[in-house]
Amino acid sequence: MSIPLRFEVNGKQVAIEVEPRLTLADCLRHRLRLTGTHVGCEHGVCGACTVLVDGEAVRACLMLAVQADGAKVVTIEGLSHDAHLTPLQAAFRKHHALQCGFCTPGMITTAHALLSEEPHCDAARVREVLSGNLCRCTGYIAIVEAVLAARVAYQEKDRQGP
Amino acid sequence: MKSPAFDYARPTTLAEAVSLVAARAGEARVLAGGQSLVPMLAFRLAAPTLLVDLNRLIELRYIRIGDDGVRLGAMVRWRQIEDDVRLVGSHPLLQAAVRHVGHYQIRNRGTVGGSLAHADPAAELPGIAVTCEAEIVAISAAGPRVIRAADFFLGPLTTALAPEEIIIELRLPPWPAQRRWGFEEFARRRGDFAMAAAALYYDVEPDGKAGNVHVGVMGVGDRPQRLAEVEAILNGSVIGPETIAAAERAAAVAVNPSDDIHARAAYRRALVGTMIERALKRAAA
Repeated sequence: MSIPLRFEVNGKQVAIEVEPRLTLADCLRHRLRLTGTHVGCEHGVCGACTVLVDGEAVRACLMLAVQADGAKVVTIEGLSHDAHLTPLQAAFRKHHALQCGFCTPGMITTAHALLSEEPHCDAARVREVLSGNLCRCTGYIAIVEAVLAARVAYQEKDRQGP
Repeated sequence: MKSPAFDYARPTTLAEAVSLVAARAGEARVLAGGQSLVPMLAFRLAAPTLLVDLNRLIELRYIRIGDDGVRLGAMVRWRQIEDDVRLVGSHPLLQAAVRHVGHYQIRNRGTVGGSLAHADPAAELPGIAVTCEAEIVAISAAGPRVIRAADFFLGPLTTALAPEEIIIELRLPPWPAQRRWGFEEFARRRGDFAMAAAALYYDVEPDGKAGNVHVGVMGVGDRPQRLAEVEAILNGSVIGPETIAAAERAAAVAVNPSDDIHARAAYRRALVGTMIERALKRAAA
């Protein structure tokens, strides 16, 4: 069984046919070649595959691609433009918030959703939210510092309005 | 692993969903938030031939609050409960418990109906449903059926739901404004399943004693349960250090957890007592 799927990915319209069992994560990686979304555990524990669906952070391994029909999906590739780092990405680099980088796309998409909604969140809230994303090399201290440092950019955006 | 192959249907009305499930009863599964079912598919613990996706059923996304209590449509997501300011007064216990469900990303997708149907013994919403004497409404071609939460959860991942039935609503009885309550959960990592959790409430009678005591626990048995022994100790008592200590001891004896990879049974017994102690202190504060 193949089902037509139309959705928007990083601002571009996509129209393909997919098997119902294909996850959104596998669809992004294998069909659309957007390999920035990483697949770690494939059962919703590690958070590496986090993407934004209609602005909300979701685990792309727990959503079927067909369920994204009509939705706007943003992946790690869609966050930055013109090869420039976003303030959040720059903060990750400045604070050494990654080693191997496997978890980083999920960390950045999750933190982006959080800061977009709650630009004034505190360290406890950042830790609570990032508890859903596993990092096995750096520890979380540098990651939390990077997210906190990036808040100011989102607070400015918040003041200017959309 | 990858899911086995299945057919997929995306009804836009409840009636359509009911007939789709009925046509392949026993082989069809309903897809709500997918936060439990999709992992079950990936592990191949579930292998339905048809998934009926309820995500287009806007009609099941309501939170209704009235004199008869709180009614949650089956497709209400955790995030909606967290963000609903009315629930701060109308059902603070529900809101407190839901803050412990899963992680940030999971709370954006997971649903009321999905959690009830999945029936994980450590899950928060089934525990709240049992503790609060809630009712679950399911529908099939034969019409709606109201099931008491106490009769709904039969064991791990096992419920009284018939193969052709779809959960449509959870009904929580009214919540008096002065009610005392507490919810405590312990997990190694925030958002993980509870190693033990306790939900409880009582109403303070004019003489200062606790009445209508309800004490429920999660993660320490094959399903969420109320602890009648603990309720009996607290009913008609003034909640204070001695009654709390007695409740803690009684809870550790009343539950029957088993050893598993996360914790030994003895540890869970001690832990559930501590959860009840903390929840009672929070309720009395």
